[in-house]
Amino acid sequence: MTANAATPANPGAPGAPGAPQTGAIHDIGYRHYDGARLGRGYIVRSLYLDSLRGGFGLGRSAKSKVVPLLLLAAMCLPALVIAIVAAATKATSLPGGYHAYVLNLEVLVAIYVAALAPASVSRDLRFRFISLYLSRPLRRSDYVFAKFTGLASAVFVVLAAPLTILFVGALLAKLPLADQIRGYLAALAGAVVFALVLAGIGLVIAAVTPRRGLGIAAIISVLIVLIGVSGAAQSIANERGADTAAGYFGLISPFSLVQGLQTWLLDQENPLPAGPPGTVGGLVFAGVTVVLVAGCYGLLLLRYRKVSVS
Amino acid sequence: MRTRRNRYDLRVPLLTTTALTRTFGPVTAVSELTLAIEPGVVGLIGANGAGKSTLIKMLLGLLPATSGSATVLDLDVATRGEAIRERVGYMPEHDCLPPDVSATEVVVHLAKMSGLPTTAARERAADTLRHVGLYEERYRPIGGYSTGMRQRVKLAQALVHDPRLVLLDEPTNGLDPAGRDEMLGLIRRIGVDFGISVLVSSHLLGELERVCDHVVVIDGGRLLRSTSTADVTSASGVLVAEVDERADDVTALLVGAQLTARVSGRTIEITFAGDDTYDHVRDAVAQLGVGLVRMERRRHHMAEMFTGPDAGQAGEKQ
Repeated sequence: MTANAATPANPGAPGAPGAPQTGAIHDIGYRHYDGARLGRGYIVRSLYLDSLRGGFGLGRSAKSKVVPLLLLAAMCLPALVIAIVAAATKATSLPGGYHAYVLNLEVLVAIYVAALAPASVSRDLRFRFISLYLSRPLRRSDYVFAKFTGLASAVFVVLAAPLTILFVGALLAKLPLADQIRGYLAALAGAVVFALVLAGIGLVIAAVTPRRGLGIAAIISVLIVLIGVSGAAQSIANERGADTAAGYFGLISPFSLVQGLQTWLLDQENPLPAGPPGTVGGLVFAGVTVVLVAGCYGLLLLRYRKVSVS
Repeated sequence: MRTRRNRYDLRVPLLTTTALTRTFGPVTAVSELTLAIEPGVVGLIGANGAGKSTLIKMLLGLLPATSGSATVLDLDVATRGEAIRERVGYMPEHDCLPPDVSATEVVVHLAKMSGLPTTAARERAADTLRHVGLYEERYRPIGGYSTGMRQRVKLAQALVHDPRLVLLDEPTNGLDPAGRDEMLGLIRRIGVDFGISVLVSSHLLGELERVCDHVVVIDGGRLLRSTSTADVTSASGVLVAEVDERADDVTALLVGAQLTARVSGRTIEITFAGDDTYDHVRDAVAQLGVGLVRMERRRHHMAEMFTGPDAGQAGEKQ
C-alpha cells in the first residue's frame, strides 16, 4: 500500500500511482471526432452510390463481380458486332436499330435483375444488417428510395451501354446524324422506363424473399413466365385475327409493356406481334406502366415499415 | 479538428423517462417506467422478456411509446429520433453482419451512413477497429470470424461515429468466459477512457456490477431499482485475509494486536480498523513465516439487493 517504488526508469510498470506518463498506457489514443457530420441528403446519396456500385459487384467480393460483369458483356457483345459490321460495310442504316435492342435481349436483362435485386436487399434482411441502418439517422423511406434508385440506375447502365456502343458505331459509319441522335435518345428514354419497371418488380420480390437463392429463382421465374405467357397470348390472338386483344396481351409482360409504350409514344415500327391498339391502347399502356412503378414503390415502403430493428 | 473530450458531458442528463409505457396488444412490455440517469456506464438488468430491448428501441426513437415520454441527451424520443440516432450508437443483441464483406468495409460503410465524409469514415473505422481489438483480420470476410470477433465488429460500428452514448443490447451473449471478460473490460474502457456513456443490458447481474457506475433493474417491464453501483458495492467493514497454513495462529496474533478477528477455514475475517489493519496482518504472517494468499476489503455484492447482505456474503464463498 506504500507507493515508495515508483521507478521512472520503467514507465511500463502498471499501478505506479502519481506517475503522469503512465496515463498514456490506459488511453492508447482514443480521439473524439469533431469533424463534419453530413445530413440525411449525404447519407441517402452514399447509400444510393453503394447500391449502384453493388449492381456491378463493385465494393463486394470478387465472386459477386462475375455474374453482373458477364451479363453486361453479353448485353454489349451483339451491339459491338453490329457496330463493327455497320462501320466496316458502310451500311446505310444500323442493322436492327436501337428501338428493339433491349427487347431482343430481354432474357439477359431478366437474369441481370434476378441476380442483382436480391443482392441489393435480401442480404440486408437475411443477415439483419437492416437494423444497423435503421439505428442511424436515416428513415425507412430513405432506405427504400436509395435502394430503388440505385438498382434502377444499375439496370439503366446495363441497358444504356450497348445502345451507346450502337450509337458510336453509327457515328463511325457516318450514318445521318440527326436520325441517329433521335433514335439513340428515344431508346435511352425507353431504357429509363425499363429500368424503373424492372427494378420495382425485382425489389418487391426480393424484399419478401430473404433467402438470396430463392429470390433469384422467384424473380427469374416471374419475368420469364410473364414474357412467355404474353408472347404466346399475343401470337394466338394474332392468328385468330383478334388484333385488339393481341395488343392488350402485351400488358402481361413488363418487357412488352414498356416496348409497347415506347412504340406508341415514338410512333415506331412495332417489333412485337402486336402493339397497343390505337390511342386508347397507348394511354392504357402508359397508365399501367405508371401504376406498376408507383405500386411497386408503395409496396416496398409498406414492406419496410414493418421491418423490425431486432 | 480533433480534440480530447474529458470524461462525460455532465451538463445534460443522459436519459430520462416519465411513466414510459409500451404495450403490444394485451402484453405490457414496459410499464410506467420513470428514470433519470446521469452520464456514465449504466447497466440495465432484467430477465429475458423483462422489457430491456423494448426500452432500448424506444430510446432510439424507433418504437413509439404507448404512453409516457422519454428523453435521450435532452432530446425527446418522440420527435427527435433522427437527432438522437446521430449522437447515439446501437449494438443489437442478434447477429447482424453480412458474411461476404470485411469488417473494414462494413464499418466504413456504416460510418458514412452516420454522416461521416468518406476520408473521415475510413480513418475512424481503422481507429475504432483497433480500439476494439481487431487488427489484420479486419480485412478478411466476416463469414470466417468467431463469435467474439463478430461482437467486436458490432461494437465498432456502434462507436465509429464517436457517439455520446452507446446502447449495447446483451453484448456478452454467446461469449465464452474469457471473451466475456474482454468485452466487459472494453465496455469499462469506453466509459472511462473514451468518455462515452454506455447503457449496457444483461440478464446477468454479476457481470455488470464490475463495470457499471449505475444499475437499473427491471422485471416484467417495471422498475425494481435504480441505484448507483458505488452505493451497493461500497467496501464493507470486513477485511478478508487468506493464508496457506496456520490460520488459527495468525488469528491469535491479530487478536493479540487488539483486532477483532475470526477464522473460518483458511480465511480470516478481521474487522477493519483503519490502514493499520493491513500492517498488522502483514506483520503477523511475516512473524509466523506463512504465505499470504490474498487480502482484500470485502465488498457488498449486487445480488444482496435481492437476497439481503447475509445471503450475498454466503454466496461469495460458495
